[in-house]
Amino acid sequence: MARVVLVTGVSGYLGAEVAGALRHAPGIERLIEVTGPDLASDAARGPRAQEGPAVGWPLEGPGQPDEVLVRLDVRTSQLGDLIKATGADTVVHLGLATTPASAGGRASMKETNVIGTMQLLSACQRSATVRKLVVRSSTAVYGTSPRDPAVFTEDMEPRASHGYARDVLDVEGYVRGLVRRRPDMTVSVLRFVNFLGPRVDSPLTQYFTMQAAPTVLGFDARIQFVDISDGVEVIRRMVVEDHPGTFNVTGRGAMFISQCLRRGGRAAVPMPAKLFATVADLGRGAFPDVTRDQRDLLKYGRVVDGAKLEGELNWTPRRTTEEAFDAFAADAGLGPSPAVVVAGRFLAVLLEAVSPAGGAAT
Amino acid sequence: MTDRSVTDRSVADGALPDGGAADGGGPGRGVLGAAGAGAAERIASLLTFLRRRLNGEYEIDEFGFDPDLNETVLMPLVRWLYQHWFEVRTRDMGNVPACGGALVVCNHSGTLPVDAMMLQVSLLDEHPAHRHLRLLGADLVYSMPVLSHLARKTGHALASPADAERLLRLGELVGVCPEGYKGLGKPFSQRYNLQRFGRGGFAASAIGAGVPIIPCAIVGAEEIFPMLGNARPIARLLGLPYFPITPLFPWFGPIGAIPLPSRWLIGFGEPVPTDGYEAGAADDPAIVFELTDQVREIIQQLLRQLLAERGNAFG
Repeated sequence: MARVVLVTGVSGYLGAEVAGALRHAPGIERLIEVTGPDLASDAARGPRAQEGPAVGWPLEGPGQPDEVLVRLDVRTSQLGDLIKATGADTVVHLGLATTPASAGGRASMKETNVIGTMQLLSACQRSATVRKLVVRSSTAVYGTSPRDPAVFTEDMEPRASHGYARDVLDVEGYVRGLVRRRPDMTVSVLRFVNFLGPRVDSPLTQYFTMQAAPTVLGFDARIQFVDISDGVEVIRRMVVEDHPGTFNVTGRGAMFISQCLRRGGRAAVPMPAKLFATVADLGRGAFPDVTRDQRDLLKYGRVVDGAKLEGELNWTPRRTTEEAFDAFAADAGLGPSPAVVVAGRFLAVLLEAVSPAGGAAT
Repeated sequence: MTDRSVTDRSVADGALPDGGAADGGGPGRGVLGAAGAGAAERIASLLTFLRRRLNGEYEIDEFGFDPDLNETVLMPLVRWLYQHWFEVRTRDMGNVPACGGALVVCNHSGTLPVDAMMLQVSLLDEHPAHRHLRLLGADLVYSMPVLSHLARKTGHALASPADAERLLRLGELVGVCPEGYKGLGKPFSQRYNLQRFGRGGFAASAIGAGVPIIPCAIVGAEEIFPMLGNARPIARLLGLPYFPITPLFPWFGPIGAIPLPSRWLIGFGEPVPTDGYEAGAADDPAIVFELTDQVREIIQQLLRQLLAERGNAFG
């Protein structure tokens, strides 16, 4: 039923891959890819930004290409004009700024996320053609604190209060408003855990590739990942099938931060919580660009239940949390640091020594 | 994959109370005490454990339960206290079902939650089905350094309806101490007097999940750190629920943190069924309070019986 699909945020790693997947999806006649006007920042990102036929206004009339890339400022009403001009029936909103640096500062990030989404939603509400909306959200909406339940399900009340998590919570609030005003529309909200994949460049992937990663002394957080290909598949299914509702999207299982660092052979540098926060705040360049909610995630962690989505789609993510991390570690070329190699050899030698019969334990 | 079989074996070793692995308590002691092939095997299994940890090759569940670490390091430490320091004995373990969800409700005392750890060892080692007890702890636990992740790795969760329901639905054996800090930090003069059982959240969770409640009484924990006073200003300063003054703490520093070797008894009462209620009973305060009081009364009686049986705390 999706014929004309509009995707926002195609300069990001998720948007680029989703556009790639929808390009060849049967039944989709036209793909409108929307990205921000900031050329400098997305030139360094996904390869899609340069590839698309850069078509300017207007988009009406015959003989239009079936795939167009449009640059516009999402915080303006231009998006409404674009939807009207193209007659889009499905809108996939992936254009959220996840880090302050990618949006040119926290204030600008908030504006892109909240004002940009409000513009998009009001355009959808007024549109006569849009039948379906798929929104990227994040499990960050649940917040992260020592008072959290061990596993979040979709029916639990989100408690985010800072940074990206707060933006996403606001975005979800506005989406609920749209659902009330346009009950005829199919609206899917996807709460993703952290993405991992070959092209994913996020504060977390940067964190796990640091030679020595600061950790919070005395804390070890549980964390989950979803492989980007599974995330893309979920969005594709939401576009070509109808699955209204809010869903957690995660690879099965969970890992501890310490476990991730060891799998990647990284050294952990434990430091008191206050020092950790200072390092995270001041260490721009030396520390990934994280907001306070992500800092808290590295301290308290968060695990969500992905069963609702698996049941709805009758599908299981291709990769578990562990498999997604192992694939990421292999792609990123993470290997044990010299100290780990030495320790591993030492253990191997000791093992040889104690099991002369040929190593029953190995 | 060879590592996996080693994991399984070490798990099995740890779970047997009188197997070779458990005889010496901690791994170090087992190594020194045994001789010959047994010792070599112990060292080899310890080394493969260290290698698994070094490379992160172990698995946790969604609650953070880490069976590998638990069986190899954490439980042996606690097990030593259980077997050699407190010499814990159990009564009527058969009242705990061998499979499926059930809620063990016990009294709480002793300044530090040593009683909960001993209960965990008793069910793992002495129950025929070697059941892992998943305890529900206060949120303070999860905001404290070290304790927060150790609680996760030993399989425990937050005392919240969501966590209780989820664990019970998964068929886990869940443990809860409804007295909370009121029981843990009560003065020595009030020993073995049950405090208020919170708001009865445990009863609501059990009714909601339709699982039996297993009343449990623990005798012995009251005497390990006899709390004579509570330094409230210091507790407020440190953000703790109480700051204990015992005969040895804080006067003798770390020595005061050594628990007194009291004699312990852990007894289990007959299961209280909760599947006979109508739908919505879990939200009915009258039913919840009635069940709460019933369970509390059973535990108080069980406590009196076990106290009489034990006699002198240090005899």
